[in-house]
Amino acid sequence: MSTTLAGLTPVCRLADLAAERGAAALVDLPDGTQVQVAVFRLHDDEVLAVQQLDPYSGANVMSRGLVGTRGGEPTVAGPVYKQVFALRTGACLDAAGYAPVEGHDGDLVAYPVAVADGVVHVGPPARP
Amino acid sequence: MVAQRLVEALRARDDAGTWHVDVFAEEPRLPYDRVQLTKYFEARDADDLALGDRSLWADPLVTLHRDVKVEAIDREARTVTDRLGRTHPYDELVLATGSYAAVPPIPGTDLPGVFVYRTIDDVAALRGWVEQKRAANPARPVRGAVIGGGLLGLEAAGALKALGAHATVIQFGSHLMDVQTDLGGGQALARLINAQGIGVRCSSATQVMRPHRRTGHVGRLEFADGGRLDVDVVVLATGVRPRDELARAAGLEVAPRGGAVVDLACRTADEHVHAIGEVAAVEGVCYGLVAPGYAMAEVVVDRLLGGQATFPGADTATKLKLNGVDVASFGDAHARSEGSVEVVWADPVAGVYKKLVLSDDARTLLGGVFVGDATPYASLRPMLGATLPGDPSAYLLPEGAGAAPQLELPDDAAVCSCNNVSAGTIREAVTQHGCTDLAGVKACTRAGTTCGSCLPLVKKIATAELEKAGITVSKALCEHFALSRAGLFEAVRVAGLHTFSEILDRFGQGGRGCDICRPVIGSILASLGNGHVLAGEQATLQDTNDHVLANMQKDGTYSVVPRMPGGEVTPEGLIVIGEIARDFGLYTKITGGQRVDMFGARIEQLPLIWKRLVDAGFESGHAYGKSLRTVKSCVGSTWCRYGVQDSVGMAVRLELRYRGLRSPHKLKLGVSGCARECAEARGKDVGVIATEKGWNLYVGGNGGFSPKHARLLAEDLTDDELVRTIDRFLLYYVRTADRLQRSAAWLDDVEGGLDGVRAVVLEDSLGIGADLDAAMAEHVAGYEDEWKAVLDDPEKLARFSSFVNAPTTPDPDLAYVPERGQKRPATPAERGVLVAGPVLTVREPQPEEAR
Ligand SMILES: Cc1cc2nc3c(=O)[nH]c(=O)nc-3n(C[C@H](O)[C@H](O)[C@H](O)COP(=O)(O)OP(=O)(O)OC[C@H]3O[C@@H](n4cnc5c(N)ncnc54)[C@H](O)[C@@H]3O)c2cc1C
Ligand code: SF4
Repeated sequence: MSTTLAGLTPVCRLADLAAERGAAALVDLPDGTQVQVAVFRLHDDEVLAVQQLDPYSGANVMSRGLVGTRGGEPTVAGPVYKQVFALRTGACLDAAGYAPVEGHDGDLVAYPVAVADGVVHVGPPARP
Repeated sequence: MVAQRLVEALRARDDAGTWHVDVFAEEPRLPYDRVQLTKYFEARDADDLALGDRSLWADPLVTLHRDVKVEAIDREARTVTDRLGRTHPYDELVLATGSYAAVPPIPGTDLPGVFVYRTIDDVAALRGWVEQKRAANPARPVRGAVIGGGLLGLEAAGALKALGAHATVIQFGSHLMDVQTDLGGGQALARLINAQGIGVRCSSATQVMRPHRRTGHVGRLEFADGGRLDVDVVVLATGVRPRDELARAAGLEVAPRGGAVVDLACRTADEHVHAIGEVAAVEGVCYGLVAPGYAMAEVVVDRLLGGQATFPGADTATKLKLNGVDVASFGDAHARSEGSVEVVWADPVAGVYKKLVLSDDARTLLGGVFVGDATPYASLRPMLGATLPGDPSAYLLPEGAGAAPQLELPDDAAVCSCNNVSAGTIREAVTQHGCTDLAGVKACTRAGTTCGSCLPLVKKIATAELEKAGITVSKALCEHFALSRAGLFEAVRVAGLHTFSEILDRFGQGGRGCDICRPVIGSILASLGNGHVLAGEQATLQDTNDHVLANMQKDGTYSVVPRMPGGEVTPEGLIVIGEIARDFGLYTKITGGQRVDMFGARIEQLPLIWKRLVDAGFESGHAYGKSLRTVKSCVGSTWCRYGVQDSVGMAVRLELRYRGLRSPHKLKLGVSGCARECAEARGKDVGVIATEKGWNLYVGGNGGFSPKHARLLAEDLTDDELVRTIDRFLLYYVRTADRLQRSAAWLDDVEGGLDGVRAVVLEDSLGIGADLDAAMAEHVAGYEDEWKAVLDDPEKLARFSSFVNAPTTPDPDLAYVPERGQKRPATPAERGVLVAGPVLTVREPQPEEAR
């Protein structure tokens, strides 16, 4: 798979994504690993991506959560136990009284996204 | 009842665990609410009457000995002996043996068919008898008589009527409820009772009860004035007699009219023996009501814990619990106080009689009687002994005829007399304990949890307090909508909006919605008939499950549930389901709703599975939606030897009618073919139980966290009446309930409660009947199978890919292990092993699955 847009991987066309819903994607990162990523197309066609793994259930389902806003910031709700996460940062805003599954962080990893020529690209997360 | 209160109060206050309590109960069941005994006819379930929290009986410091009567007390040795001959030691003994139903000295009270009215067993036997008499002679109604025209007698007469029997009340005194009301009130009451189809004979002394010539059962009553009455069943309700036999035999003093004599500390002459409730004669006086008994229980608890409490005297206010007949009295209803004056309002046409008894200066409230309209009772009763502001007659005028002055109750005014809860305690529940609604206040203070007559007042006080505290109980859905779900429903319906964006523009507060308001609006739009739930923008509103029309399980795969109306399925259908489950490697289980659930379907498999199901004639079972789930049924008259109606046929009809109906929460229905209730319909939002004449309709039941039995809404409906009543009930609920509010909670909340709902759906009191009927007709006509519509539409099908860039690649992280011949998700520990290598035999999908 070719790497363009400074280390980002093309994943799908913008038109393949439904507005205000998510889709799962398999993304090959430059280091050779493959990750499951949840890609969301917002109301204004901005695209954001977070890890597909829901840390509170351990299932690969984040793309199937409901998209919305909290105080104007885009969010996604965990499909299993209804946590709310900020889509831009992956931070968990409301754990809904649950703790993450052992071995997982309560926040999501956010992946950088770029849309060029109608194609959505996803890249490796910035290292903290 | 009073013993239960004692144990509850003791366990709540005895933090140090000093006392261990053994409770001996002659009856074989958990202590129950005798005050609500008549409800047993409606409920037919002893559990509904259980008192307090069951966990009390699991407390290690409490031992309940059911069905263990105590036979004797040995005060020397401080032991009691039970009916099995076992002795139990005590440090302190509390008698709470209640009363016997008094049997008047009339010849014939021992005939079969003569009953008393005191325990669940009495009531169950009475019901059995009436049913047996009806079966023996279906051509005419069963004829019943109640001896005694007091509170209890009128309740018993109501119960006979509820059982479908004729009832005549025989009263020895000059008027009904002569202890509580004066002649004027009694006469007004007699008119109301007559209007209920219950006969009344006052000033009638029953001389003898004669057996029927052929059966030997009770057959005729003869009166002192020469009158006669043919009867099939007689209920004795002539008062109670304290069960003081244990005290008597133990040599303790009993009052001339019965009852173990105790002092104001509820102690007998033996300092280790106490008596409370109806068996206690406090300074020689017995009380036949529950409130004084509860007060005595609190006194003894306080004393056991070293306190000095004394019996504060009793509130003998009463309110008749008979549907459609409003009667209440309190204080000096007979105006016996020196110099008292009476203010009376009577409207014989409307059957209303109201009276206040006041001190000679007409300022201080001494008592009152209310017949036909007891609305003033709740707010006036706590004012007993206080000065009434304004003109007293203003309190008696019909509502709207002139505003009664607003009463600000003093903090120490007793609002709930059953549980002795003052206005101040209710206010504190709001101000100190953070209660924000009626349910919270009830749970926190116990106000209104026994007879319920004070609930309107409790609500009023709590609401006033909330307003004062500036707490507006926000009904706002979320940060995006200031409206409640019901408000939003009306707004969307009236404004005729059809999309989320329109609704957001018109009623939103900024932002793009969230996981709370989106599904609510999705549901509202669906309830109002806006086409497929995945059409256009509506798709963005659907919860995870609705969005793929399946139920997500813990590993992210789905379960698939095809509809089987009424739980009916053909052998061919079962074979198809079996084949599909086998071919896709699905775990199968029968659900509680009488259908088959197939687990472990991956998102990309759903359309393939559904294609085969739809081809075989199945349709979506909506197991994923806040919508009608199933209509559970028993096999009914078609096969069952007891069935009196075709319950399966009705269940299928109902399920096909309401399938796809979106609602605030899931909806479950049940239909039983006879009173044996094998379909457990009373555990459903809508339960239908067949009768000889048609169907009884129950509403507001549910299982789950706090199980509730459904309550009777209407009786003996024809098929069409039943369907129309359910139509209106469901839509009224759909339109006015809160988000995620099951019908049981809604019934507690909705204007007027169950009676209010009855008025709306049966009498069309809001004038919305035709509108609801039309809306349901539209729903029925507009129904389409959601899954078939998806299969026919490539755009919707596109949602069912596992990865947008690899649509048919399974999630590589899924792992299963075999168990009892099927598969289940691997646990994290088993996954560890998996990575190490063993291959699991989980059947791979068939080749046709690739697309
Ligand atoms: C149909 C009906 C309607 C009523 N409505 C109202 C109302 O609206 N308002 C109101 O205030 N009151 C009402 N009452 C009265 C109220 O139910 C009683 O005042 C209350 O139940 C008294 O409680 P208690 O504990 O003293 O007696 P009970 O509730 O009778 O309890 C006594 C228990 O002790 C058991 N027992 C007796 N002897 C023994 C023994 N030797 N060993 C072991 N167990 C024994 C009995 O079996 C019984 O279960 C009503 C009563 C009836 C029957
Ligand atoms: S409820 Fe009645 S009709 Fe239905 S199965 Fe049970 S006994 Fe038979």
